[in-house]
Amino acid sequence: MATHAEPYVGRRIKRVEDPRLITGRGTYVDDIRLPSMLHVVLARSPHAHARVRSIDTTAARAMPGVVAVLTGTDVNHACGTVPCTSDFPSLKRPAHTVLAGDRVYFVGHAVAVVVARDRYVAQDAADLVAIDYDPLAAVIDPEAALEEGSALVHPDFGTNVAFTWSMTTAGETDIERWFQQADRVVSQKVVHQRLTPMAIEPRGCVASYHPGEGSMTLWSSTQVPHLLRTLLPGMIGIPENKLRVVAPEVGGGFGSKLNVYAEEALCCHLALRLNAPVKWIETRRENAAATTHGRDQIGYYEVAVNDDGTLLAIKSRTISDIGSYLQLLTPAIPTLTALMLTGCYKFKAMRMDVTGVFTNKMATDAYRGAGRPEATYLIERMLDVVANELRMDPVKLRLKNMPQPGEFPFQTACGLVYDTGNYQGALEEAQRLGEWKALLNRRAEARAQGRLFGVGVSTYVEICALGPSAAMPAGGWEWGSVRIEFSGTVTVITGATPHGQGQQTSFAQIAADRLGVAMEDIVVLYGDTNVAPYGRDTYGSRATALGGTAIVLCIDKIVDKATRLAAHLLQSTPDVVTFEHGAFSANGKSLSWAQLAAEAYVAKNLPRGFEPGLEASTFFEPENFTFPFGAHIVAVEIDRETGDVEIIKYVAVDDCGPQINPLLVEGQVQGGIVQSIGQVLLEQTVYDESGQLLTGEFMDYAIPRAADVPEFVMGSTVTPSSSNPLGIKGVGEAGTIGATPAIANAVLDALYMVGVRHLDLPLTREKVWRAISRGEQPGSGEGAEIPEAGRGPRYTSDDVGEGALEVGNV
Amino acid sequence: MSTQVAIRVNGTAREDSVEPRMLLVHFIRDVCGLTGTHVGCETSICGSCTVLVNDRAVKSCTMFAVQADGAHVTTIEGVASERGLHPVQDGFWTCHGLQCGYCTPGMIMTAIDLLAETPAPSRAEIVEGLKGNLCRCTGYTHIIDAVEHAARSTERGGSPQDGHSR
Repeated sequence: MATHAEPYVGRRIKRVEDPRLITGRGTYVDDIRLPSMLHVVLARSPHAHARVRSIDTTAARAMPGVVAVLTGTDVNHACGTVPCTSDFPSLKRPAHTVLAGDRVYFVGHAVAVVVARDRYVAQDAADLVAIDYDPLAAVIDPEAALEEGSALVHPDFGTNVAFTWSMTTAGETDIERWFQQADRVVSQKVVHQRLTPMAIEPRGCVASYHPGEGSMTLWSSTQVPHLLRTLLPGMIGIPENKLRVVAPEVGGGFGSKLNVYAEEALCCHLALRLNAPVKWIETRRENAAATTHGRDQIGYYEVAVNDDGTLLAIKSRTISDIGSYLQLLTPAIPTLTALMLTGCYKFKAMRMDVTGVFTNKMATDAYRGAGRPEATYLIERMLDVVANELRMDPVKLRLKNMPQPGEFPFQTACGLVYDTGNYQGALEEAQRLGEWKALLNRRAEARAQGRLFGVGVSTYVEICALGPSAAMPAGGWEWGSVRIEFSGTVTVITGATPHGQGQQTSFAQIAADRLGVAMEDIVVLYGDTNVAPYGRDTYGSRATALGGTAIVLCIDKIVDKATRLAAHLLQSTPDVVTFEHGAFSANGKSLSWAQLAAEAYVAKNLPRGFEPGLEASTFFEPENFTFPFGAHIVAVEIDRETGDVEIIKYVAVDDCGPQINPLLVEGQVQGGIVQSIGQVLLEQTVYDESGQLLTGEFMDYAIPRAADVPEFVMGSTVTPSSSNPLGIKGVGEAGTIGATPAIANAVLDALYMVGVRHLDLPLTREKVWRAISRGEQPGSGEGAEIPEAGRGPRYTSDDVGEGALEVGNV
Repeated sequence: MSTQVAIRVNGTAREDSVEPRMLLVHFIRDVCGLTGTHVGCETSICGSCTVLVNDRAVKSCTMFAVQADGAHVTTIEGVASERGLHPVQDGFWTCHGLQCGYCTPGMIMTAIDLLAETPAPSRAEIVEGLKGNLCRCTGYTHIIDAVEHAARSTERGGSPQDGHSR
């Protein structure tokens, strides 16, 4: 067995995953082919809201090659309802059956299912399912949905309010006191537009029933095979211990595959009912219509602040447009916004009131960041709005209200305890990398020439490594297992479910260093409940912080056991045995992992009472979340003629604690930032007033292309977390959380020149151009009060270190 | 209803009987069993299905198999040689040009076409060349790095068509 002296952790090591993926040998769910496999296509509603008068399947059933055509009447009784883990007292739960009953609630709602020997035939037959609809008034605007006399999505509830939920600072009975005391209150409505996750691989699944065993195997393009194994049995009637769920290669998730979907239960039912394996693969159009959407909050925010820039309290009245059904975490997402409402600032008090509203749209749920991007965007946007109002440098306003590094663990007004932090350090590093003074000079020069040049800053903190079980719906631990094989090679199994993040590589790096073996001698397995029986999967930037720690704890157990075995074999005692570079030594002799493993499995010369084998498994339960943070600085220039926003400079400094593999961290951050570029400049899920989905394709829903991406200046600081022994915090969502406000603030800084105070995202060319046009006509709309060129939010060119906490009033 | 087609796939001559409406990508995946070519949108926008048809990048989700009759088609499975990975594949590996890997085969095929046309592209030319391929994971920067890396390593020896089977 090879040993390895140089540490792997901390190096830019290329991925173990890649050889199969770059040669076309990865197995995604659509690549699975089973004997006699049938193909499933769904007939979906073209209406946002309608009564289903009748369904005629005669023509579809008559097509050669069609095996079955089924409707809700045929299958719903056997498939249970799609689960939602939230349990607010006020929550109204519509019965979310796998196929529509007598009503459809959104465009793309599945009404009938066709099963055929060939996918083309199945599609043809689905087109022949004749569904007679009686269209009903659609509920589209969530605020209008709250008004008296609005049409109702679910008439039985008598209201479109799905839930109300409030959170306020613990022990704070009167937040109004702070609002009364404050020198002023700054208010702003901010809309967090609906987004479509658009993983490039659509969803899909293959289900195969084994009649001899009574067991089911489901391969699904999912982030959460373990949650499926827990939640599907109640739907399909297969016991948990006879259900195997496999997440093969998964082509991107971003939260949209963190769910239990109707199609997964339906395919299991069809495999059982038809006694043949079935495959369902989503089309892009279905993906846009019937895979969960993200964000979609309307927030009315108020900040109580003193004229010296001291932030006192923040209130949010949030309307969350959740669509027509509850998916797994739908109501929970805005509660994550509340947890992070105060960002990285000291507030005395906060309050957030959420009203979840049913509309005739697809359900919202987790989308990269899941509630936290909304929090960061609103607080960082509000800080710029406040700075404008106070004529104060937005950077100084931030610095004035941040906790100092020595104040951690830091208790927030939202009731969380931030583990560790050095927000000033990250900002300082970003300013250094961004050549802050030169950037502000450039801005001044551009403005002097009448050009629309803006600078934006965001200092963000996020909540990751979700999470302590006490704060999670059903277990927030992570499971892992490590086995030294007979040969001395190493098998690592994690309950996390990577789908692009690269833990097959980073976990091998961690294990190789800890065991003193070569990475090549380690395999990392995951994503199959028969291999990794327990896990809480991959979301919320949790896999490395929690799953990686579980692996380390397993290795600690194994090293301890191997030390005892080595002591026995070397005629020594455990306290004398040393372990270094994969060798256990005492009395001038050494044993390798291979030698110890052979002894441990042959088991003829073991210490008395020593259990054979060299393996360990563990559940790691974290005591707290982690709170990664960072600072992003963006400069943009806007073309007055076209409204086109060009990102001139992008600086990202992220602190995710110690980095296992900086190459992978860089990839995570860049990918996240580019999703934010989409959110800020391009993307919005649009339903028209009748509930038609206008963004059902990549042609209509613009995700960023290579040409939309600037060159990045990347930096990092390292402040280890105290929540796990590795100090790791997580980085999967940092880019999406930190970038949105930085880019938006930069664009709005540029537009301040033409009198624009705020615009809601996305800041498309058209929206920006219209705002400029309005601004250039004095006396109309937002342009009524045009500030003199160059005023804008007052950045000064002081470095962070120079009088950082002084307030520079104009 | 079936039509006979003769298509050379990764250097192997085949004769198959296909429905006239069968898309080339389904011919590649379902008839040839080469599942490295992926379907992301079925509308020619995302580029996951990109293959080379007579050495030019083509989105195989909007071309019929019968239109490729008589052509030679190269898929991701056909670009590495016995000597090892194609320089573009190596570039993607070295520069972390992929995360979930789903768009990757299409990206690689497009990049191979790009480098055949423009062996030493600027970053702006790479961006232009990749505009027809969507990636939701990487943010593109590492993909651009990967293509640059491939161009440089090709300059140092080897050709961008290395291992490209006919």
